[in-house]
Amino acid sequence: MLYTLLCYNKEDVVWSWSKEEDDAVMARLSVVHEKLVKEGKLGTSLRLLPTTAATTLRGGDLVIDGPFAETKEQLLGFYVIDVESLDAALAVAKQLSAANPTSVYEIRPIALYVPDARPNAPTQMIKVY
Amino acid sequence: MTDMAWINGALTAARPQAIGALLRYFRDMDRAEEAFQDACLRALKSWPEKGPPRDPTAWLILVGRNAALDGVRKQSRTTALPPDEEISDLGDAESELAERLDGSHYRDDVLRLLFICCHPELPATQQIALALRIVSGLTVTQIARAFLVSDAAMEQRITRAKARIAKAEVPFETPGPAERAERVAAVAAMIYLLFNEGYSAGQDPARAPLCDEAIRLARLLLRLFQTEPEIMGLTALMLLQQARLKARFDPSGEVILLDDQDRSLWNANLISEGLALIDKAMRHNRPGPYQVQAAIAATHSRSPSAAETDWAGIDGLYLALERMQPSPVITLNRAVAVAKLHGPAAALAMIEPLEAQLSGYFHYFGARGAFLLQLGRKSEARQAFDRAIALANSPAEAAHIRQHLDRLMQQAE
Repeated sequence: MLYTLLCYNKEDVVWSWSKEEDDAVMARLSVVHEKLVKEGKLGTSLRLLPTTAATTLRGGDLVIDGPFAETKEQLLGFYVIDVESLDAALAVAKQLSAANPTSVYEIRPIALYVPDARPNAPTQMIKVY
Repeated sequence: MTDMAWINGALTAARPQAIGALLRYFRDMDRAEEAFQDACLRALKSWPEKGPPRDPTAWLILVGRNAALDGVRKQSRTTALPPDEEISDLGDAESELAERLDGSHYRDDVLRLLFICCHPELPATQQIALALRIVSGLTVTQIARAFLVSDAAMEQRITRAKARIAKAEVPFETPGPAERAERVAAVAAMIYLLFNEGYSAGQDPARAPLCDEAIRLARLLLRLFQTEPEIMGLTALMLLQQARLKARFDPSGEVILLDDQDRSLWNANLISEGLALIDKAMRHNRPGPYQVQAAIAATHSRSPSAAETDWAGIDGLYLALERMQPSPVITLNRAVAVAKLHGPAAALAMIEPLEAQLSGYFHYFGARGAFLLQLGRKSEARQAFDRAIALANSPAEAAHIRQHLDRLMQQAE
């Protein structure tokens, strides 16, 4: 089975950590990461920039500064895309939105990207459910 | 059990919003502060046992308000309100209050609180001291240490500032759009002033945290005004400057100039956040001074080494900044880019007309000395450096010029 773990925290606290504090947390996490890699359990992981860096696309052409902030909708999935700018990311979101018009897309820059390290990482689509 | 560090973090985070709401309610700064203080004491007693409330800020506002009212009623011998232990059991009142806080009040409460601190009648240093005391919740001792004055002097300064504000007309009605924009601009200027207090202090442990506090306030302002490109620019500017903190000084505390900094010491997290914010701001096509300054800082951040710096880009950005807010200091900064692009003679010609206006400015003579030295005009360079040392704002600045002078003189031999 594949799972995604979503990590929540107070972003103003986390992003006020000094480099030393941040490094210390990352060092503790990397111990866990390495163990999971050895066990062949860790797929892609990433760290997001704070919500102040987010932009949201609603209804295909309404671009809103800031994070997705409704309580009526729930997180149902995510994409990682590799493009050169926020404008390019918005262009991708618009294509997705055209295909799935009721969804809202929050565009959040990724601060740290750790690729899938499993030796037999799937190279094809897996339908789990 | 709730972790004390978590509680302290929650109290600090709730402070601007809670005091802002209590101020709207009581219309009196001292009462608002006392009520918040009271609520914090109760939180420290109640949260470790019962666990934190669902919405700490709403809890603090409600408990603070009731505690203050309770005090008034006790004095007038009427019935007391129910104890706050009952309120903390997530009663309906709290969720109702939380809902109301989600609305536009919240934004204007925090803005009003910040805006009060930048009242135009208050001198800049008092504005910052007041914001640190009221909004950030730093102790008088902490603030006094940051401003290199005694506790008593700082206490008096803050009391005076508060008295002045109490006399002034504090606007409690909801601001209109033009007024709101004015307030945001005043608050942004105060936050950048606060940042510069910390930045110019370099590594002084008492003053350096002022930069972190300024960034925290900027992020707060940005969350309230998410579509303001200048607030994005201000936040980005401070993040990108703060990112270089570890590289700005050598182990003995001497200043290291941008060109000579070890870029691997720059804080990559802060840089990526700053760059993302500029990216967002640019989409608005509403440039402003903070955005342009952030773009200049970003040009340095994006450059893998000093040698690869896009000086033409920086020159263009300074030119844009000069047009937005003409100032000899900006022209002086542009001259540094011009020196890299067109040589020291062009840069020197550019700054010479500024001497009358900048005759008391350390950086003017530092730059002038450097340009003259590059042109081989050594005795004039020495004169300029001597004047720079006399005008230095800190021992580190003076030491830097001396070191710079020695090294460049050797190179020029």
